[in-house]
Amino acid sequence: MRPFERVVVEYGPMVLRVCRAVLGPDEAEDAWSETFLAALRAYPELAEDANVEAWLVTIAHRKAIDATRATARRPLVVESLPDRAARTRQPEDWDGDLWAALAALPTKQRIAVAYHYLAGLPYSEIAALTGGSTDAARRAAFDGIKTLRATYLAPARGGTDR
Amino acid sequence: MMVTNESEARHLFGPLFEIEEQTAERLHARLASMADREGLLDVAYRTVDTPVGTLLLAATERGLVRVAYPNQDHDAALAQLAELVSARVLHAPARLDAVARQLEEYFAHRRRVFDVPVDLRLSRGFRQAVLAHLPHIPYGATESYTQVAAAAGSPRAVRAVGTACATNPVPIVVPCHRVVRADGSYGGYAGGAAVKQALLTLEAA
Repeated sequence: MRPFERVVVEYGPMVLRVCRAVLGPDEAEDAWSETFLAALRAYPELAEDANVEAWLVTIAHRKAIDATRATARRPLVVESLPDRAARTRQPEDWDGDLWAALAALPTKQRIAVAYHYLAGLPYSEIAALTGGSTDAARRAAFDGIKTLRATYLAPARGGTDR
Repeated sequence: MMVTNESEARHLFGPLFEIEEQTAERLHARLASMADREGLLDVAYRTVDTPVGTLLLAATERGLVRVAYPNQDHDAALAQLAELVSARVLHAPARLDAVARQLEEYFAHRRRVFDVPVDLRLSRGFRQAVLAHLPHIPYGATESYTQVAAAAGSPRAVRAVGTACATNPVPIVVPCHRVVRADGSYGGYAGGAAVKQALLTLEAA
């Protein structure tokens, strides 16, 4: 079994992208830390031939659900505090226009898009995580991408598309 | 197992693929300290630059478990720790701060004795008995393989002393470089003969 450090270096960026895309700037880093701490705890029992990406996304998914529930429980006054206005945020940063477009998606679509396009999970595995059918997961990702193309890629970025 | 075209994902989610180095470092450091607090940091490691090259330092919760020279392949040393001690291995410099500082003092002629807990679990039986004796050889002095064999309780196990020194998991801190041939020549060394000579020259100065 290889040192856990190698897992962090190889998959840390992918997990952070998924956490950012699903949870947004305020929750992503806590979810990342919780995911890797839980992964470290369970790592010695992980099968040698396990799919590490799917394993990590499964853990991240549970942490993301926890984070979403915690946010839902929080009193509204906390959410309305303008603590984010102080940060300088550029439209071209991920937590500018891209996060705004992702945040506008229904949760199911945002999750399907993130797990498929950022973690590389096949729709069958996404369905196993979120419940529902493989077709439903595929449709959620398809609808999500379609909306993102319209809301994020198309309008403002016309000529400056990267 | 990427089922999607990465360039397609990059096109759509470009800004998400840019992760600032300082963010990655901050998250990693936070993970290491959380792991330590939770008792999950079975092996912490860092590297340190010294006059005899970049050394890998690794410690369990019991103490310093590995010092590896550049020629000993740090990746292989970490893989061995993952195999023999625990796969919960993280780059986590804090646990190695004391030994890193003492090594710096040693190479600056400001320290003669290392005062850090040592975990000799990578060595067993007679080899461990040999390693336990080595710190008793004073700074600047040497003993022959024969003398060490006698001190470790097996006067005829001279060759085994050589093996114990060659496989010393924590060189410098456990000073196997102070064991030399009876004729006064240096003998072999895990870090290479030149390093052994450099350490003995340093201690003689």
